[in-house]
Amino acid sequence: MSSILIAVIALAGLSILFGALLGYAAIRFKVEGNPIVDQIDALLPQTQCGQCSYPGCKPYAEAIADGEKINKCPPGGEGTIQALADLLGVEPEPLDAEHGAARDVPTVALIREDECIGCTKCIQACPIDAILGAAKQMHTVIASECTGCDLCVEPCPVDCIDMVPVETTLQTWHWEQPQGPAENLIATDRQPAVGGV
Amino acid sequence: MQPITLHNFDGGIHPKENKDQSTQTPIATLPIPAQLIVPLGQHIGAPAESLVQAGDQVLKGQMIAKPKGFVSAAIHAPTSGTISSVEMRELPHSSGLLGMCAVIDTDGKDQWIEHQGIENYLEVDNQQLIDKIRESGITGMGGAGFPTSVKVSVGERKIDTLIINAAECEPYITADDMLMRERALDAIKGIQILMKLTGADNCLVGIEDNKPEAIKAMEDALHQVHGEHHIVIVTIPTKYPSGGEKQLIQILTGKEVPSTGIPADIGIVCQNVGTAAAVYKAVALGEPLISRITTITGEAVKQPQNVEVLIGTPVKDLLNFASFKAGKKQRLIMGGPMMGFTLKSDELPVVKATNCILAPTAKELPANDFAMACIRCGMCTEACPADLLPQQLYWFAKSDELEKAEQHNIFDCIECGACSYVCPSQIPLVQYYRYAKGAIKEDRAAKEKAERSKIRFENRQARLDREAAEKEAKRKARAEAAEKAQAAKKAAAAAAPDSADTKAAPAPAASPQDLEKLQKQLDAAQTALKKTMDKIADAKENAPDKVEAFEKAMAKTRDKVKSLAKDIAAAKKAAAANPAPASGTDTDKGDPNSPERLEKKWQTAQARLETAQRKLKEAEEQGLDTVEALRTGVEKQQARVDDAKKAFESASNSSTETTTAAKPAEQAEEKPTAPAVDIEALEKKLRAQQDRVEKTQERINLAKEQGLNTVDALQKGLDKQMLKLNELEQQVKAAKNSEGA
Repeated sequence: MSSILIAVIALAGLSILFGALLGYAAIRFKVEGNPIVDQIDALLPQTQCGQCSYPGCKPYAEAIADGEKINKCPPGGEGTIQALADLLGVEPEPLDAEHGAARDVPTVALIREDECIGCTKCIQACPIDAILGAAKQMHTVIASECTGCDLCVEPCPVDCIDMVPVETTLQTWHWEQPQGPAENLIATDRQPAVGGV
Repeated sequence: MQPITLHNFDGGIHPKENKDQSTQTPIATLPIPAQLIVPLGQHIGAPAESLVQAGDQVLKGQMIAKPKGFVSAAIHAPTSGTISSVEMRELPHSSGLLGMCAVIDTDGKDQWIEHQGIENYLEVDNQQLIDKIRESGITGMGGAGFPTSVKVSVGERKIDTLIINAAECEPYITADDMLMRERALDAIKGIQILMKLTGADNCLVGIEDNKPEAIKAMEDALHQVHGEHHIVIVTIPTKYPSGGEKQLIQILTGKEVPSTGIPADIGIVCQNVGTAAAVYKAVALGEPLISRITTITGEAVKQPQNVEVLIGTPVKDLLNFASFKAGKKQRLIMGGPMMGFTLKSDELPVVKATNCILAPTAKELPANDFAMACIRCGMCTEACPADLLPQQLYWFAKSDELEKAEQHNIFDCIECGACSYVCPSQIPLVQYYRYAKGAIKEDRAAKEKAERSKIRFENRQARLDREAAEKEAKRKARAEAAEKAQAAKKAAAAAAPDSADTKAAPAPAASPQDLEKLQKQLDAAQTALKKTMDKIADAKENAPDKVEAFEKAMAKTRDKVKSLAKDIAAAKKAAAANPAPASGTDTDKGDPNSPERLEKKWQTAQARLETAQRKLKEAEEQGLDTVEALRTGVEKQQARVDDAKKAFESASNSSTETTTAAKPAEQAEEKPTAPAVDIEALEKKLRAQQDRVEKTQERINLAKEQGLNTVDALQKGLDKQMLKLNELEQQVKAAKNSEGA
């Protein structure tokens, strides 16, 4: 009889001890916020363009964490969808055309400055404060900060904003991936080279 | 001095050297070409900032562009002449991109600008030497073109060994070889300056054993140096790429530069021998870097040789000098066959890092257009001097698995081309690695930018939230203030009737204050009415389409006036009932304001009637369609005037005798002023008088019943009223008669 009692007391004591430990750990090591949101947010391109119908990348990340589809980010394109699919363990889906097509080349906004009337509408539209200017003063885009989200184009009353492809400089240029249709040929398939100086 | 133990690095290849062709003749000097194209960005880092404009005269050695930022180098005019333009031109770069270039039309005089070296250069402050090197635009002459002033600014790091790279391992190139043969002393003196700058205890000059003349010349030069120099000329076995910085360090010291690190991390600085000579010229003679020794070789040139060539010289001039004859599928390569790149045209200029122009025939260096599948033979792995796995990197780069490529240390690849050289499938492996490196760097830049964008977006969001909160707070504060003000008003209003003890519970509107308020409101409404009438008149004259709207407004105002008048009447009644509920007869006596007020009211009503009549007349004259409305308005007004008059008169009659006595006099006075008053008015007056008489009669009766002492006075008043009544009756009769006549 006493042995049963001892066992019950011992087990009860252990469960109380571990319960207290777990309870303490739950408070001490509590994770603030939803860590998956930050991980998703890190994969999004941060253009803050709102093409996903959310007012920025973080809100979309939160929506994805709540079960929203992962194929609504045109600036990220297939790469972002693949990365999100890998992170969340879901099947990658093709980009939802409803939210726009992926861009071939990165672009930046460019204000034709002599046409700018200084209305500040584009400044209010820019999600990342990348347009400088003041009322009745000419505005200009900080090209290095512009994400090319297009949001400033629509509000401009005089249509003086163009989206131009980002120019390649010596600093940003890199070699293309070698493309050779002949790569799968065997030696006997060799064709004489064309071109040359 | 103890002998240096040589080490080895893994991999490496032994391609055909092809160096003898260009070492048969001494270094020639190229005649000054007609035009020089000097790119402003010839180095790693920011392009220099132009100091000249088209049309400027420049002298040889004059700075035409100053360094912009820390990692940058100055650019000088290689000879005297005129700047014909500063414009975007194609650069001698594998990208083929455009860059800012100063184009100089030379004048052939080759006139130097005043320049001066530092005499006792081994005793002056290091900073002075570094400034001089920076001013002179010295960059690495080995190929990469890193600004030397930056590389020798070692700061706090302890450097124990300076390694001079004179291995020149790439086939065909002999520029450093010829430099050492002919200008060994310049190089040694330059080494001394570099040793002083870096604080290195000793210096190792690594020369491959295929350059015995250069080794001998260097050793001879070393003998000429007085005192201790701690410089050792080390002969190393010929193997490609022993001239790679990391490989040379490993050969000479056995130390390996850590992955993604720089030699300074292990206390070593590595400089090219050509750079050392250029440093000497800049520091001791004050001559900036405006020319260099370049090998011009290949089977397509008849006289392969080394030439001292001005920076900016078009390749075409160089080729002509060496009797170049273009063949079939002619290629021009800047740099060596292993690491060089194909030039797109022969108009491109020689830059500071151009150590070789290779013009091979198609047979000599056939273009590789036939890459085949990787067979995983592993030859590239054996050849790799950086101990990487080239075939793995190839697969990753090909399938865009950039992360894996990075994990396989793709950034330790020195792009020497040994793997491509040995590849039996002739896969352009290095191009894949270059692509992968570039793509990874681009990704990193994009990530960094995304991070920045995120921060900017969050900051903006925070700012907008803050502004919204501030606005909300302001709005709340305003609303609260308004609420408080209203509460205070209410409290005041509630306190006022309390203080007035006349407040009547059943009819609170009866308090004198309220009465006054009502009266004021009425007055205001009446003025509004008047104004509206004026406006209507105006509108009738000027804008008939607005008349209707005004009339509507007037009708509204009139309704308001009416309701106010009613209110006032009610209030007055209540007020009258309150102070003397027992005797209704003395009401007017109890309220001294009443007769005067009523008189006023009557007068204003009268005035309004007159204006209304005037308007009606005007309308009738103009034949407007508003006549009807105006007429009814006049009639109403008339009725109101009568009411007011009646009220007033009844009030004044019921008051003391003096008042009543005064009234008939007034009325009597009125009569002559208005003799032509129409009968109607007279009749009305008559009726009113009759009313009055009746009322007085009633009062007398009441007084009699109650046995008051006012009976006599009232009786007297009644008599007078009767008199007046008779008078009126007579007037009416007379008027009727006159009308009838």
